Amino acid sequence: MTAADAGIENMRSALRRDARRRTAAALLLTLPLLAFLLFTFIVPIGALLLRAVDNPEIARALPGTIAALRGWDRESRPPAAAYAAIVADLQALREQSDAGTLARRLNTEVGGARSLVMNTWRALPLPATTDAAQVHAQLIGIDPRWDEPWIWQAIAKNGSRLTPDYLLAAVDLRRTVEGSVESVDADRSAFRRILMRTFSIAAIVTVLCLLLAYPLAWWLSTMTARRANALLIVVLVPFWTSILVRMAAWIVLLQSGGIVNQSLAAAGLIDRPLALLFNRTGVVIAMVHILLPFMVLPLYSVMKGIPRDYVRAAVSLGSHPLAAFVRVYVPQTYAGVAAGSLLVFILGIGYYVTPALLGGPEDQMLSYSVAQYANVHLDWGMACALGGVLLTATLLLYAIYRRLARMEPALA
Amino acid sequence: MKSLVALCIPAMALALQAHAENTLTVVNFGGANGTAQKKAYYEPFEKSAGARIIPVEYNGEQAKIKAMVETGKVTWDVVEAESADLDRGCDEGLYEKLDWGRIGPKSDFIPAAVHDCGIGIFVWSTVLSYDANRLKDPPKSWADFWDVKRFPGKRALRKNARFNLEFALMADGVKPAEVYKTLATKDGVERAFRKLAELRPHLQWWEAGAQPPQFLVAGDVVMASAYNGRIDAAQREGRNLAIAWAGGIYDLDYWAIPKGTPNRDLATRYIAFAVSPNAQAEFARLISYGPTATKALTKLDAKTLAQLPSAPANAKDALKFDFQFWSDHGEAMEKRFNAWVAQ
Amino acid sequence: MNPNTAEVPWERIGFVAVRALCIAVLMFLLLPIVVIVPLSFSSSSFLVYPVPDWSLRWYRELFDSAEWMRAAKNSFIVAPAATLIATVLGTMAAVGLAQVRFPGKNVLLSVLIAPMIVPIVVVGVGTYLFFARLGLSDSYAGLILVHAALGTPFVLTTVSATLQGFDTNLVRASASLGAAPLETFRRVTLPLIAPGVISGALFAFATSFDEVVVTLFLAGPAQVTLPRQMFTGIRENITPVIAAVATLLIVFTTALMFALEWLRGRRGAGSR
Repeated sequence: MTAADAGIENMRSALRRDARRRTAAALLLTLPLLAFLLFTFIVPIGALLLRAVDNPEIARALPGTIAALRGWDRESRPPAAAYAAIVADLQALREQSDAGTLARRLNTEVGGARSLVMNTWRALPLPATTDAAQVHAQLIGIDPRWDEPWIWQAIAKNGSRLTPDYLLAAVDLRRTVEGSVESVDADRSAFRRILMRTFSIAAIVTVLCLLLAYPLAWWLSTMTARRANALLIVVLVPFWTSILVRMAAWIVLLQSGGIVNQSLAAAGLIDRPLALLFNRTGVVIAMVHILLPFMVLPLYSVMKGIPRDYVRAAVSLGSHPLAAFVRVYVPQTYAGVAAGSLLVFILGIGYYVTPALLGGPEDQMLSYSVAQYANVHLDWGMACALGGVLLTATLLLYAIYRRLARMEPALA
Repeated sequence: MKSLVALCIPAMALALQAHAENTLTVVNFGGANGTAQKKAYYEPFEKSAGARIIPVEYNGEQAKIKAMVETGKVTWDVVEAESADLDRGCDEGLYEKLDWGRIGPKSDFIPAAVHDCGIGIFVWSTVLSYDANRLKDPPKSWADFWDVKRFPGKRALRKNARFNLEFALMADGVKPAEVYKTLATKDGVERAFRKLAELRPHLQWWEAGAQPPQFLVAGDVVMASAYNGRIDAAQREGRNLAIAWAGGIYDLDYWAIPKGTPNRDLATRYIAFAVSPNAQAEFARLISYGPTATKALTKLDAKTLAQLPSAPANAKDALKFDFQFWSDHGEAMEKRFNAWVAQ
Repeated sequence: MNPNTAEVPWERIGFVAVRALCIAVLMFLLLPIVVIVPLSFSSSSFLVYPVPDWSLRWYRELFDSAEWMRAAKNSFIVAPAATLIATVLGTMAAVGLAQVRFPGKNVLLSVLIAPMIVPIVVVGVGTYLFFARLGLSDSYAGLILVHAALGTPFVLTTVSATLQGFDTNLVRASASLGAAPLETFRRVTLPLIAPGVISGALFAFATSFDEVVVTLFLAGPAQVTLPRQMFTGIRENITPVIAAVATLLIVFTTALMFALEWLRGRRGAGSR
């Protein structure tokens, strides 16, 4: 008995040791990938999120001025010490590029700050004086705009190295001079609308994909595996074809002298070409084309596993075939529908290339704004804040997807 | 997998070779302009200096340059920059101070061509253009551009605030000389945006200079703002496109050297070569952009001269682009424009 | 049991209608890709039908163009290198993860799959800002690393799928016969999962080979790839040269796809 017990105990611990060793080995094998993704993917994206609240330029360039403005009510005339402080701060900027960086940052806050800062910086150094009134007079002598409140307000507002401004702006909010939060004017707001548009385009594309993919997947699932595989090739060819190739193809098809318009005109259906390109129609058509395989494949894999007997049984029990289909068959495909729809929607909200090449300005999605702020406006804070909004929306949906589908996006 | 490695190694070796000593990356605005630069500047320079030029196209985005300079990894050696970008970039330390001693006396060039960080390449103009086959009764002004009753159909404008706000004010009756004064006021900005909004349903935007002539040729639009040289290029290909010079906005493009390029010496040699009267005259013959070297003008025949934005008849009712105004107010205007255009 | 005769034609019509719709959907998927091919052999410089005359001038122009050739070369540098990295790392992780269950495995998987899900523009901006500081922007290395990261989820999922039917007893048998773990992997595991590894590699290759957004941010003038060059071309000046490139790419990727299908068929046969 005791010997047997000891034997079992030995075996158990050997098994445990073995399991531990295997877990360790497994983690060791996974570690390189994790480390690699940490470096090439996770840390860069984390840095992007930090950049969305980073506001170093003014705090770095004007420490004295910010200190002098502390406690200022941001309405009355700034304290006399501020004038001396800004002269000292600007004088301390050795390189023209340091002044230029400050000028750029302040100019994004309020137009005109650039020339004010650069003109003043070029006029420095001032003749030495300790009299505050004299410093003020000298400063006004260089540029009278130093007597206006906006430049001081802009400096005071950005005294901290972290700012919520970019994130607020990404949802069309802003901080007032006093620091309270308000919505921006209707004619300058854009991002809420773009966010809504991003979701609505993705939703329309998802619905269209579902409507087209469902019958196709069902039809494929009724075939022999051999025939279905042959037809699946047709689904896979566009999937494998370069997105850029497909963009070029759609331009050829949809342009005003393109095949679609030519055929419609030849059929006598239209007498002037339809506008199919550089508008929403073109974007939606091309996005459906790209994302359709992502809907067909999960639906097909679910439908393939559904036995046909249930529907047949329901029909034989007197149910109308259509009713039987809707009541008995469709519910069994919900998992595939949910997986496919979420996948298409998630991929859809991140689209950039298709709207950029086939859409007009009213069809651009959030990704375009991110790229625009990064590449054209050089406003990294704004680009990162918008990227953060897009990322958050995507990850939330992805979490739902994982929970719902409990599987990796099955592409293969 | 071995074969993959075998595939990679020679390819990588090739790639490294490509970055040999004597190559210069020159960044231009592409299209017909890029083609003309290749013939007038790059090819002759390659021959005379024994260097290789990698041309890169861009649309004036300064982000790449900023990132390169900040990270100290500068791969663009010479850049064609618009005036406002040059001025701003010079302030912010994106561009090297130009070594004028190696380029030539400043007096050889028109005054606007001289800048601390750059030298004018050519004078160009953003003008009203149209397809003369389709519009028998030609439009003459920006007011006509806005007149959708007399000229039904879409119009194309460059997708930014620059130029368009000026055009809108001129269309609204502001004299060219008053445009920037008006735009400096709050009411003036409102007025410009209101006028733009009027045309909104009839607008198609362009971003690259090659687009407006394409749109006109394809019949997508009846009129377009366009770089005059691109219209000229289309005319040379036999397209009957035409220009209304009145109300055009002219400006200079500049050669500039991004700060920290390892090829600064070669870049300066290239610029000195490219601003020589002979090279500039050749360029002006290939595309109708005005030379900045005063001696280049004497090398051109009357027909070529008449096509340049700087020709007296063309410049008469034109507006000089005010880059100082745009340096200061560009961000605010572009931000507002972007919000508006995305609505 | 008692088929209502009046309903039969309706059912029939319904089925025919569904089938017609399905064929239309398949046409929708396939035709746009086919349509661009003839235009590449057109003599006209406009991308419109009818084609006036046949010519190879656009292919000549393509092969004479230094820019396009450089782009092709870059694509064939970046994609294989990225594929190699993604395949090695992805396969290792898949093999490791297949053997064990532990709390948090699902979370770990989510993280490893994330490159497939995160909006590509976010990846582009993020890696650009981060890599620029490290001096990795405007370099092959930076581009290859990010493309590899984008490819790893595909390798991970395909190899994991192959491993699902994998009998771990074989590994133990091999080990008990005295084979070293690496030996076991090379002689037992790898041959069995090879189709999965290769199809994962093909996916990773296609991912990099078709990637344009990260390239827009991260590539310098020397690293312009084929999709990047096409992006500029389509955006600014669409000529039949684009159609010629497109045609070549269609041929190339279709070949890749058939290779993959063939592998899959083989895998199916093997497990049966």
